[in-house]
Amino acid sequence: MKPHRHANNKTESGSQPCEISFDRSDEKKLLINLAGSWTLKCKRPSADVVKKEITAGGATGIAFNTTGITEWDSGLLIFLGRVIGLFLKNGITVDKTGLPNGAGKLMDLAAAVPEKKGARKKSQKESFLFRVGSESVAFVRSSGDVLTFVGEASTAFIKFLTGKARFRRSDLTRIIQDCGIEALPIVSLISLLVGLILAFVGAVQLTMFGAEIYVANLVGIAMVRVMAAVMTGIIMAGRTGAAFAAQLGTMQVNEEIDAFKTMGISPMEFLVLPRILGLTLMMPLLCLYADLMGILGGFIVGVGMLDLNMVEYYNQTKAAVPLSNLWIGLFQSIVFGILIAVAGCLRGMQCGRSASAVGDATTSAVVTGIISIIVATAVITVITNVLGI
Amino acid sequence: MSQKTPAITTKNLEIAYGDFVIQRDLNFTVNRGEIFVLMGGSGCGKTTVMRCLTGLKAPEKGQVFLGNISLWEAEQATRDQMAHNIGIVYQSGALWSSMTLAENVGLPLGEFYDLTPQEIRELSSLKLALVGLSGFEDYYPSEISGGMRKRAGVARALALDPQFLFFDEPSAGLDPVTSSLLDDLILELRDSLGTTMVLVTHELPSIFSVADNCVYLDGDTHTMIAGGDPKRLKTDCDDPKVHAFLTRGGKNRTG
Repeated sequence: MKPHRHANNKTESGSQPCEISFDRSDEKKLLINLAGSWTLKCKRPSADVVKKEITAGGATGIAFNTTGITEWDSGLLIFLGRVIGLFLKNGITVDKTGLPNGAGKLMDLAAAVPEKKGARKKSQKESFLFRVGSESVAFVRSSGDVLTFVGEASTAFIKFLTGKARFRRSDLTRIIQDCGIEALPIVSLISLLVGLILAFVGAVQLTMFGAEIYVANLVGIAMVRVMAAVMTGIIMAGRTGAAFAAQLGTMQVNEEIDAFKTMGISPMEFLVLPRILGLTLMMPLLCLYADLMGILGGFIVGVGMLDLNMVEYYNQTKAAVPLSNLWIGLFQSIVFGILIAVAGCLRGMQCGRSASAVGDATTSAVVTGIISIIVATAVITVITNVLGI
Repeated sequence: MSQKTPAITTKNLEIAYGDFVIQRDLNFTVNRGEIFVLMGGSGCGKTTVMRCLTGLKAPEKGQVFLGNISLWEAEQATRDQMAHNIGIVYQSGALWSSMTLAENVGLPLGEFYDLTPQEIRELSSLKLALVGLSGFEDYYPSEISGGMRKRAGVARALALDPQFLFFDEPSAGLDPVTSSLLDDLILELRDSLGTTMVLVTHELPSIFSVADNCVYLDGDTHTMIAGGDPKRLKTDCDDPKVHAFLTRGGKNRTG
């Protein structure tokens, strides 16, 4: 009779525990008697119990008597796997005829397809030097990929300038809307708060010298020259750069990019170019908007908390912020736009073919975008200082 | 299998998305240890019916009995318990891409049983060996072929020793040889485990080689219009749609 392997009562505490006993009436063959419930929910004996028995008795084979088993599932299989594996390795014959019909067939099925030679992955400890070398090679390769991508993007841009680039204008419009108008709420909030924070921090120090009016200088210069561009850049890296990587990554997974390539349509022109153009066009406008919101934040603190006159604050800001600062800020925002879009599209195009690869691509796009922004800010700051701007 | 015990029964089952009825008046029984095929043309709602049988989509009307428990009338705790008895092999394999094959199989074992990591590893290896993937424990789904992914999906579905095993388009995307090997595996697993299996497919070779019983779901009338042994249906069924389906449009193609 076939035991009820999946009996509904297997969770019931009243189920019989698994039992094992040995019969040595045949000196050459150890008969293993299994009884009770052999399920994953029951505590099963170790295969060593059988090993000890066979070592003590000196039998050259084992057989099973399982008529006493009331229910079984993979719990029995795992025990059998261990016992059979242990004895086959030591040249002891295993007679499976006494096993429950299904269990015997399953053990045979598991052994039916032998392990493919060389398929198993070898866990090897890599030396420090090996890892340094591998990382260096990977870095050089990745730099090469970045250069190739930038080169292809530049070629696509040149084609765009000469009117030969092929992409849908509606895509560009949609991307401009996504990068521009739809980003305004978050840019407003962050820029206003940054302006407020700068003003608060400055006010605490400047009030000690009776120089509250210079809060306008502090906020105005900081926002217009650097902070608006950097904050907008970081927002857009997290928002739009990540979205670009996820969109293109998903297209890689779904083989949509391959479909473009096989039809002779350049993904660089059709997918990457409108994204770079859209973000690069919108970044200076967002930066300008962030300038105004940041100054408004400072204005709220100056007028509301420091009792400065509204016109006085406005005039002080106007006098303190030279136009060159505005140009520097806008220039930075254009650079950031290019960097974020390139990072997002690059990681998306480099994406693997699995769902987790899309996640990795998105994370990498944000990290690359933010690092690029900080490095570019440092470089531009040094250059403007050297040039005395 | 002389005595037939009902394992899955549907009574006046109706499945819809909003006002759009996918299938209605579904009444069929799948017996224990049987391989049952839900067949029909593309878009007739086979997969949706399977989702309803597995607790993923609630019906509009009617009942689904797994054993003698009404799936959709049972309390959530009972349904959760029943879920352990259901294994599903998805069309794409649906393996978790961030985990190795052994981890894919071992995850449900670790969640629902008090097993040591060693035991989980051994069981995962055993389940993978059952589907011919011995040695591939540490591979990620992205590193193996489509046929292997499907077999790994079977190993994962078998992890909790389910009473019911559902396959969504098992042959889809597989070459004829791999598809035939998968059919053999389905038969071997049924013979060894005695599991009740429901296949959603429109692949005729698979239907004829594995199915004990089937129903034909019609996309036009939105209900089942035939049922029984597919080999017998092929010769005996008078319905032109079913006949055309089982004979590839009634044409004797050889190439």
